[in-house]
Amino acid sequence: MRDEQLIEAIERYLGGEMNADARNAFEQLRRENAELDTRVIEHQQFTGLLKQYGERVELERRLNAIHQEIDVHAIAEEVTVHPSWIVQLWRDHHSKISVAASIAIFAVLATLFFTGYLNNNNSYTELSREVGRLNRSTTDMKKDINAIKKGARVIAAPDKSRGTGFAITSNGLIATSFHVVNGADSIYIQDVSGRSFKAKAIYNDPQSDVSILKVIDTTFRNLGQIPYTFKHSESDLAENVFTFGFPQDSPVYGDGRLTSASGLNGDTLDYEISVPINPGNSGGPLLDSKGNIIGIVRAKETRLEGVHFALKSGYLLNAIKNIPEDSLTKVPVLNTENALAKLTRQQQVKKIKPYIFMVKVY
Amino acid sequence: MSTESKSSIPTDSEIVFGILNNSENAIKRLYVAYFPMVMQLILNNNGTPDDAKDIYQEAIIVLYNKVKKGDFELNSKLKTFIYSVCRRLWLKRLSQMNRYGGDIHDFNDHLPVEDEVEEQGERDIQFTKMQSALQMLGEPCKTIIEDFYIHNRSMQEICESFGYTNADNAKTQKYKCLQRLKKLFFQQK
Repeated sequence: MRDEQLIEAIERYLGGEMNADARNAFEQLRRENAELDTRVIEHQQFTGLLKQYGERVELERRLNAIHQEIDVHAIAEEVTVHPSWIVQLWRDHHSKISVAASIAIFAVLATLFFTGYLNNNNSYTELSREVGRLNRSTTDMKKDINAIKKGARVIAAPDKSRGTGFAITSNGLIATSFHVVNGADSIYIQDVSGRSFKAKAIYNDPQSDVSILKVIDTTFRNLGQIPYTFKHSESDLAENVFTFGFPQDSPVYGDGRLTSASGLNGDTLDYEISVPINPGNSGGPLLDSKGNIIGIVRAKETRLEGVHFALKSGYLLNAIKNIPEDSLTKVPVLNTENALAKLTRQQQVKKIKPYIFMVKVY
Repeated sequence: MSTESKSSIPTDSEIVFGILNNSENAIKRLYVAYFPMVMQLILNNNGTPDDAKDIYQEAIIVLYNKVKKGDFELNSKLKTFIYSVCRRLWLKRLSQMNRYGGDIHDFNDHLPVEDEVEEQGERDIQFTKMQSALQMLGEPCKTIIEDFYIHNRSMQEICESFGYTNADNAKTQKYKCLQRLKKLFFQQK
């Protein structure tokens, strides 16, 4: 309690509220008592600081109020160096540009909305697939009808597996991969125009994965001069190569490079190629840019993307040599005259088309 | 506030006497007159308009205190003084933010004003401590202390506005509040 009264006395003294007598007495006391003197100075400083703090707060409030009235943005504009005319343009016209952009976006969205683009896309794609399927079945039917007209046999039952094969002689010897025809009850080949011919395997070489088929259908006609030749030597790396086969109902062209002279795990039977191939490409020819057969497409590495393999043509030539003579009416003579070398790729593909077959296995 | 006085740049003695006489108008004219100069300095040295506002207000406070204390001598132009203080403050802030590349783009002459800025910095620390002490003090103590020591209201008025039955109660309350405030203030590092 004493301390409280002391503070009150100090405040009255500092505030000049004491009368002359009391004031003199207090000053006397202050001179005698150093402790009291310190307390007075302390209190004076602290309340002074409080007072100054209050003034500062007030001054800051006033300055802020003044600041509110200033157009800071305009001043900032004035004193900064403008970087370029495009920024200037944006600053001057950004509201107009914004409005224009909004209208444009709105118009695009509205158009998309009314044309149904934003509606569920799924029905759209499904429909297209439906149309595709209908189309395909219609062409299939047409092909069948054509085939019937020409008296060829119509294959009605669905096939077990499919591959690709290519003619090695004009009288109906077809090369394909052994794994395509392995375990077949019967084999049919179908050309690009949809005609099917019955064939049988006359030579199988499971080791190098080659099979030679012979067309035994009576409706089969001589194919005419084979346009491509067979390469005896190995091809060089980075050679531009292409293939042509039947991963689907219509023939598919694919090209790439010869990327390695050996296949999976260093298998020297194979080339590694970067041609995109799919199931159904197996047994198809691999040609170089001059139109030489350099291999038979046969496998892909499933764990790696873009790594595919083709059997080297040397092994195909070996297989042809090894065909038992009793299954042949005459010794096969391979074409040695290349009709493709000087053609463009489009012309090459057009030319070889009739000699590539889909191999259907039942 | 007429637009005329806004647009014209006031003379230095007008401002000094205005501040001494607590003229609202003088401060306003001063503020408006030199703000663009400071904006130019700050914006062209990696600052934002908000930085410019902070720095400028701090400089005005330095000038204000100097004038109030009576030791502002008109031997340099006010404009130069304000520019120098702002420049000094901004350099200090840039180095605190590690944004100072050792080079400042100047637009005016400037004076050495290190002492003023230092003094201001120390006082600012005290004020920050006081501010947070008052915050921690809480109501009703904060209002009682502010009313009595800052706004100079009498104990009688405070007594009425807080509904104390007699002045003694209010005085006791005020005493306790002050003791608490001192404690809070000196506790801070």
